[in-house]
Amino acid sequence: MATTNEVLKTVDGEPLKVSLARAQRRSRMRAVGLVAPLLLFLLITFLFPIGEMLFRSVQNPEINENLPRTVAALEEWDDQGLPPEEVYAAAAADLAEGAKNRTIGRVGTRLNYEISGGRSLITRSARRAAGWEPPYKEAMIDADEDWGDPAVWLTIKRESDPYTLSYYLDALDMKYTPEGDIVEKADYYQIHVDLFWKTIWMSILITFLTLLLGYPVAYLMATLPLRYSNLLMILVLLPFWTSLLVRTTTWIAILQSQGVLNDLLVWVGVIGDDGRLQMIYNEIGTVVAMTHILLPFMILPLYSVMKTIPPSYMRAARSLGAPPTKAYIRVYVPQTVPGIGAGGILVFILSIGYYITPALVGGESGRFITNFIAYHMQSSLNWGLAAALGSILLALVLILYWLYNKLIGIDSLKFS
Amino acid sequence: MGMPPHATNAEKVWIWIFRIFCTLVFIFLIGPLLVIIPLSFNAEPYFTFSPKMLAFDPEGYSLRWYADFFNSDRWMGSIYNSFFIAICATLVSTVLGTVAALGLSSRYMPYRSVVMGLLISPMIVPLIISAAAMFFFYSKINLVQTYIGVILAHAALGTPFVVITVTSTLMGFDHSLTRAAANLGAPPIRTFFKVILPLVTPGVISGALFAFITSFDEIVVVLFISGPEQRTAPIQMWSGIREQISPTILAVATLLVCLSIVLLTTLELLRRRNERLRGLSPG
Repeated sequence: MATTNEVLKTVDGEPLKVSLARAQRRSRMRAVGLVAPLLLFLLITFLFPIGEMLFRSVQNPEINENLPRTVAALEEWDDQGLPPEEVYAAAAADLAEGAKNRTIGRVGTRLNYEISGGRSLITRSARRAAGWEPPYKEAMIDADEDWGDPAVWLTIKRESDPYTLSYYLDALDMKYTPEGDIVEKADYYQIHVDLFWKTIWMSILITFLTLLLGYPVAYLMATLPLRYSNLLMILVLLPFWTSLLVRTTTWIAILQSQGVLNDLLVWVGVIGDDGRLQMIYNEIGTVVAMTHILLPFMILPLYSVMKTIPPSYMRAARSLGAPPTKAYIRVYVPQTVPGIGAGGILVFILSIGYYITPALVGGESGRFITNFIAYHMQSSLNWGLAAALGSILLALVLILYWLYNKLIGIDSLKFS
Repeated sequence: MGMPPHATNAEKVWIWIFRIFCTLVFIFLIGPLLVIIPLSFNAEPYFTFSPKMLAFDPEGYSLRWYADFFNSDRWMGSIYNSFFIAICATLVSTVLGTVAALGLSSRYMPYRSVVMGLLISPMIVPLIISAAAMFFFYSKINLVQTYIGVILAHAALGTPFVVITVTSTLMGFDHSLTRAAANLGAPPIRTFFKVILPLVTPGVISGALFAFITSFDEIVVVLFISGPEQRTAPIQMWSGIREQISPTILAVATLLVCLSIVLLTTLELLRRRNERLRGLSPG
């Protein structure tokens, strides 16, 4: 028998503490070993690409790599007036070489984001650069008077840094002045911030609507006997399991001006045949379709919380003399707050990053910021700006995700 | 369901308003899916009910859009692609996700919540961002416009669902069962196959179904990283909606609703089996 002074030992004569620590270490290693393959897989296929995209939003290699001599010569310039002849000579050499290697287009595209007409200034000059004679300053200003504008040179110098914040400034509707100060863009160029607010505002509206529609339904399912509530649960889960494209298509069939709902309204006589309502390809289409698509994500967490609330609490409140409405608001609703939080954050996170539905039924006015990201990815090919817009959206979503994890815990996420 | 016998008149009115409201919400949820089913049998190329259909004239109905669908190489090819990609992606994400869930549910897993957060992130990050990021990265390593690229991307997007369903199955897992098996002389491998696996299987299958539907229904990533060869059913629907709207889409939609009913039924049966196995509910 071990006394208080003696160390407990295993059969092998090893101290028990050491043996236990080793066993625990082995369990820990085993757990890590099991998780490692997936973590590694996601690191390569998902997390690393996301990180790289974030990095892309500040990367700025075009001018630095393709105008090396100019960048070096501009280092010496004191930013006053026009740069000296050496800079012009360097630029002429860079432009001529860029035209030969066909890399000058990248510089032109990059500069075009900063100065309107930047692309044509660069490409036109590059075509002629081989024929220029010293003094290059006169030759270049003669070829294009923009070369006599200090603002052009200041911009090139600023964007010669391999990293830039200008994509983020653009994403937030701001820009650099030639002197390097940050100012807001002119009113008619301000699109992104408004679109961010609109996306947030519409997501809040959609979240509110799903709560409004989902709360009574979840309450009904939680209070009905299990036999009925299982049946109703299938009605909630069926849309959840149905293809997103299918659900979006059905809303097009229903809401379009020659669609089912308009036909019904004309038939009933609420509206005339020439007064058909425009309910799709605008905000209404987006809000209705997305409320429908996201409603199950609100009902399911609400239901799982409401199911755990014992009905005896309400009975107690009633028997203590509370009128039904008061009992409901003061006793029942506060207990469902975790469900409201879970459903609300979930629906909001999903809604703010939705792309397909707004793109198909949103038209011009029902567009989300995601549609703009897709536009810059696929049409304008301004990938830096797409990455910056994406990073801002991602930051917003991750803050909410963190909040969700903190308040509700990711463990509580379930689907069935 | 009757009214509670003690309800006052005002309460009765409230209960009726409540029930009507709930009915309307259920109509909102299910109605759109039901409306397209008859519309897909429309003889006319419109998205709405023709007068003949409303009069239940057999001439107003036809199977032409279904014939259109089954005779179109583009549609058939895209359906084949969708199944191929979804099945491959499901296999990858189910295996990796299940193994990871076993580790995550261990008491000794260090930094559990951080790791869990990372593993769930593909579900939380907006698809457009995942798609853009994958496009940049996959084009660098020449995986854009390949089946492997799309499958890897979909496998990554599907894993959170497997991890979540399997860990939640394991949460309710009674660990004394494994100890009992070990006590009775079963080696760990045998314990795994004879005790753990049968109990976890429903969770794994429902996770796999989620992963399958995620991939089968996914469009944003495919739009960005697939080529014409990897055209999937959602892409075909997408271009159908944007370019030439034809009721063929409604026929496809109806068939996909049927598919989701099949999946949902499977899932419900699995859930009941799971509850029965654990003795949560009788019968």
